[in-house]
Amino acid sequence: MSAVFVWIETFEGAALPTSWEALGAGALLAEKSGGALTALVFGENADAVAKEAGEHGATQALVCADATLKGFRLEPYAALLTKLVQEHQPRAVLAVATTRGRELLAASAADTDSGMISDVSSLDVQGDGSVVATRSAYAGKVMSDVSIDAAGTQFITIRGRAFRPNEAKAGAQAAVTSVAPVLSEDQIATKVERFEAEVGTVNLTDAAIIVSGGRGIANNPKDAPGDAGDAAVWKAKDGFANVIQPLADVLGAAVGASRAAVDAGYIPYAHQVGQTGKVVSPDLYIACGISGAIQHQAGMRTSKVIVAINKDKEAPIFKMARFGLVGDLYQILPALTAELKKRLGK
Amino acid sequence: MHVVVFTRSTPDTAAKVEVGADGKVTWGDAATVVNPWDEYALEEGILQAKNGGGKATAISIGGEMHNESLKHSLAMGLDEAVRIEDAALDANDSLAYATAAAAAVKKLGDVNLVICGKESVDVGTDQHIYQMARKLGWTLLAYVSKILEVDYAAGTIKVERLLEQGKQIVTSKLPAVITVMKDINEPRYPSFIGIRKASKAVIPVWSLADLGVTPPAAHTKLVAFKNLPVRDTQVEMIEGTPEEQATQLVDKLLQEKVL
Repeated sequence: MSAVFVWIETFEGAALPTSWEALGAGALLAEKSGGALTALVFGENADAVAKEAGEHGATQALVCADATLKGFRLEPYAALLTKLVQEHQPRAVLAVATTRGRELLAASAADTDSGMISDVSSLDVQGDGSVVATRSAYAGKVMSDVSIDAAGTQFITIRGRAFRPNEAKAGAQAAVTSVAPVLSEDQIATKVERFEAEVGTVNLTDAAIIVSGGRGIANNPKDAPGDAGDAAVWKAKDGFANVIQPLADVLGAAVGASRAAVDAGYIPYAHQVGQTGKVVSPDLYIACGISGAIQHQAGMRTSKVIVAINKDKEAPIFKMARFGLVGDLYQILPALTAELKKRLGK
Repeated sequence: MHVVVFTRSTPDTAAKVEVGADGKVTWGDAATVVNPWDEYALEEGILQAKNGGGKATAISIGGEMHNESLKHSLAMGLDEAVRIEDAALDANDSLAYATAAAAAVKKLGDVNLVICGKESVDVGTDQHIYQMARKLGWTLLAYVSKILEVDYAAGTIKVERLLEQGKQIVTSKLPAVITVMKDINEPRYPSFIGIRKASKAVIPVWSLADLGVTPPAAHTKLVAFKNLPVRDTQVEMIEGTPEEQATQLVDKLLQEKVL
């Protein structure tokens, strides 16, 4: 019975919560094949994370806490994954389609000449062991079904928030095996000089709730100070900081933005949702002052509930929203923040 | 030094894309454009070739529709363009793509740096790029938002990468394959003279025989495209004063259990 491998992604020694979704997807495959659901945990704190993976349903864990694996680097991670795949011939390797998951699985699939499907939102195991996966194509405008045969190991990355996570069960344990790294530090060309973390912000792709701002954020009634330079940029930045952010804070939400807001310099590119930014799929997406160009829709159309707040009642965003509020976001958002504080008891 | 940029043509980003009765994707009479992410890669290719005193070549894998992106590349200012097409090459399979792409880079011989846009908006994948790097055995640096230093003589590169939790600054060795993000530069518009020159260019086509490779058997297959499930688009408008709107919206969101 060949195993199903699930890479548990960690950051600074802690598992990303979406990793339990990958274990959930892995369980779907392991159920059919009868193989062991095996967590792969590399890097700092690997033993503790492997224990957590056991609580989330992994029956086996392969861990490597070698110093060369502290902090993700493709070369040592891919070399180790490739070796483990060659040794164990697993039925499948799964990970979440994060920046790291995408490159790690693709690299190892290339090393082993295996098939790969990335960023899938559903999986269906066929009678012959092949898998049909559904993924989005043409910037989210259509879906495609892609099949992967059962001849070799199937490499699959899953879209965050698309699969049900394996819930934790206290006391459940994985049988842990330590494995040795493949590369030594002098064989690794890539050196990390430093990491500039975005402190205190909620990751857009993991977020259950997102509050996004668009061009309309520049209609701030406040006057820009005389030395502000571009008044529209000052007004928009002030709006993101003092109107959007407080609403996001009370909701525990991430802050997103439209391309128009990013290109105008209102907020950094890392917040852009849409075709040349991030694709998100929260339970609740609140679009504030965003008209809803097709390129923006590409990044957020799979949100469960969309709320549109815009002063233009003809804005295309209302066509895809569940709830629409026509009005001035500079009046509605503070009222909404106050109401939520009251109702959510914060 | 020599920079290679991979590019492809995709339907205009504003085009309405639908699946026909035959399971194929159509975008009506909308134009094709260069893949939006590739514009940053092409611009960076031009800048790096200029800084390094070398040349930049654009490569596309696929049918004639991709001449569009190659002509755009030449019009922007890349020096040469090549298209790879072969009936036996299924470029939808990432391993086949990666094998052909790596062979093309090797055939050019003197390449130090391959630059790609972060992903292709049509197929929505990036794995073929990472797999090309592995097939070449080169350094892969994905999600690059800034090239901080590059020394072609010493064979070193230092970049800033944009990851979910922040920015990572790394050094590594050349030759390398990098993918670039939107933040990296401001793509130029092709000049009038550039467009005229590009329109006359004859773009060579390489076959798998020219590349001297046979791609591995494909493990994946595109089964069918599907239209999106119809969204319940009945929008409920919430009216009143801002305070009334806020109260009603919170009521509704609590009912929907999304708070």
